[in-house]
Amino acid sequence: MQKSLQKYFALFALPGLICFCLAFFIPFIMGVVLSFCKFTTVTDAHFVGLDNFRKMFVDDTFMNSLWFTVKYAVVCTVSVNFFAFGLALLLTRKIKGTNVFRTILFMPNLIGGIVLGWIWQVIINGVLLKYNATIVTDPKYGFWGLVCVMNWQSIGYNMIIYIAGIQNISSDLLEAAEIDGAGKWVTLKDVIIPSMMSTFTICLFLSVTNGFKLFDQNLALTAGDPGRQTEMLALNIVNTFYGRSGFEGVGQAKALVFTVLVAVIAFSQLKLTRSREVEA
Amino acid sequence: MSKKRNPTVEAILFLVLLIICILFLVPIFIVLINSFKSRFFISSSPFSLPQAKTYVGMKNYVNGVEKIDFFSAFRYSLFITVFSVLAIDLVTSMLGWYLTRVKTKFTSVMYLLLVTSMIVPFQMVMFTMSKTANMLHLDNPVGIIVLYVGFGAGLSTFMFSGFIKSVPLALEEAAMIDGATPIVTFFQIVLPMLKPTAITVSILNTMWVWNDYLLPYLTIGTDYKTIPIAIQYLRGGYGSVDMGAMMAMLILAMIPVIFFYFFSQKFIIEGVIAGAVKG
Repeated sequence: MQKSLQKYFALFALPGLICFCLAFFIPFIMGVVLSFCKFTTVTDAHFVGLDNFRKMFVDDTFMNSLWFTVKYAVVCTVSVNFFAFGLALLLTRKIKGTNVFRTILFMPNLIGGIVLGWIWQVIINGVLLKYNATIVTDPKYGFWGLVCVMNWQSIGYNMIIYIAGIQNISSDLLEAAEIDGAGKWVTLKDVIIPSMMSTFTICLFLSVTNGFKLFDQNLALTAGDPGRQTEMLALNIVNTFYGRSGFEGVGQAKALVFTVLVAVIAFSQLKLTRSREVEA
Repeated sequence: MSKKRNPTVEAILFLVLLIICILFLVPIFIVLINSFKSRFFISSSPFSLPQAKTYVGMKNYVNGVEKIDFFSAFRYSLFITVFSVLAIDLVTSMLGWYLTRVKTKFTSVMYLLLVTSMIVPFQMVMFTMSKTANMLHLDNPVGIIVLYVGFGAGLSTFMFSGFIKSVPLALEEAAMIDGATPIVTFFQIVLPMLKPTAITVSILNTMWVWNDYLLPYLTIGTDYKTIPIAIQYLRGGYGSVDMGAMMAMLILAMIPVIFFYFFSQKFIIEGVIAGAVKG
């Protein structure tokens, strides 16, 4: 079968591989090369070694956005997963209306980042009106605003995954715990959570990488204001490319560092939680 | 757990959930009431219901639709989403089948590259991708489909391939021995089996492509504005925003999403779970 299928390479594999090369592979390789070049268009690039990386680290806005992004990703990962898991526990107790509740809680996830950002800008500005401030008065407001957006958007999504995880726990295990006289807290701590480690892996992975890659919500909610203090990494990179001529190489270098950072976080996080997974 | 239930506890939990759900709906409700208010009252009293003095009827909607040409944005969004998702389904299911069934060094390297591409953030390729798109004249609503297939290929191929790996070869081999060409085998035997995965892939990609901002903005955004781009354009230069029109357009942008959700809710939820487990 392999032989006869191989003759059809052009039909089955080529379209996908061409698209992949045009949209991802070639741009990615070019991107890596251009990180070490000075350029304004792709054709006028010339090699400058590590100069872009040096410029990147003396750029305060980059270090600020890196720090801002790290803080944001940590806060969001903790809060989103805390609430998502809590709601998942509640919604697997067969309380009346469970399906309607799930439907409502998941809905914000389908709304696009730009729209989400604007919705919350109105609300947060409305709340801050009392204090004669707006969301761009203080970077603190922008930070917590972004946390609100992310929570509103992602709690339902993670909750759905946690619900699936809880429903996968074998009822034998839970009954055994009950017969042994385990209380609610002990059952949660020693039975439910350990047998759901793979679900935690997935949800934490998704939250951390989404937190790092956040762009649309950031653009619509604060656009980085005041004074680029709420500019997250993804937005900082876009602004370096398209906001400052002559700094395209620095932008590409930032993007490379960003990619490596996301990859390192993703892998170490997978490794860390995977090692705690247990077979039920 | 079939334990004795305490009705008071159940009632309290029901109430807690009810309150949380109402809180979840409040943001949309606030945008809705503000979409009927004159823009000056949106900033001064955002949380009050429209009253005689603040109510402007459909004016914001008319204004907004005109300002951002909402219906053409809607058409571009719909066209790009529908055809990108169909193309992703067809192209990556074929690719996934080929890469799974043909075992060579080349196919395993390609598979590895596709999987790795899933974690790379868009910013890494955005500049070079938009330049490539420009050079090859992919900077139009048809060409952008190629970019969506290419950038989305990683996840979708991975999901199709994951499913195909769990399916025994026997059926396909039997068909081939009976003289079916790979084309017949794929379209008559493999593709129908892939239906559940295809639904998952479609759902995940629809949510991505419909809401995507940066990719279309950088490649086609000035000539063909999709809904997210059109909405962001309301901001205009120097942060001056017509908040009345903005509220109305946010509502119009949410209506198709909510419709989509209510018609395919079951698939969306299943798709999210399946996608998460694979990812």
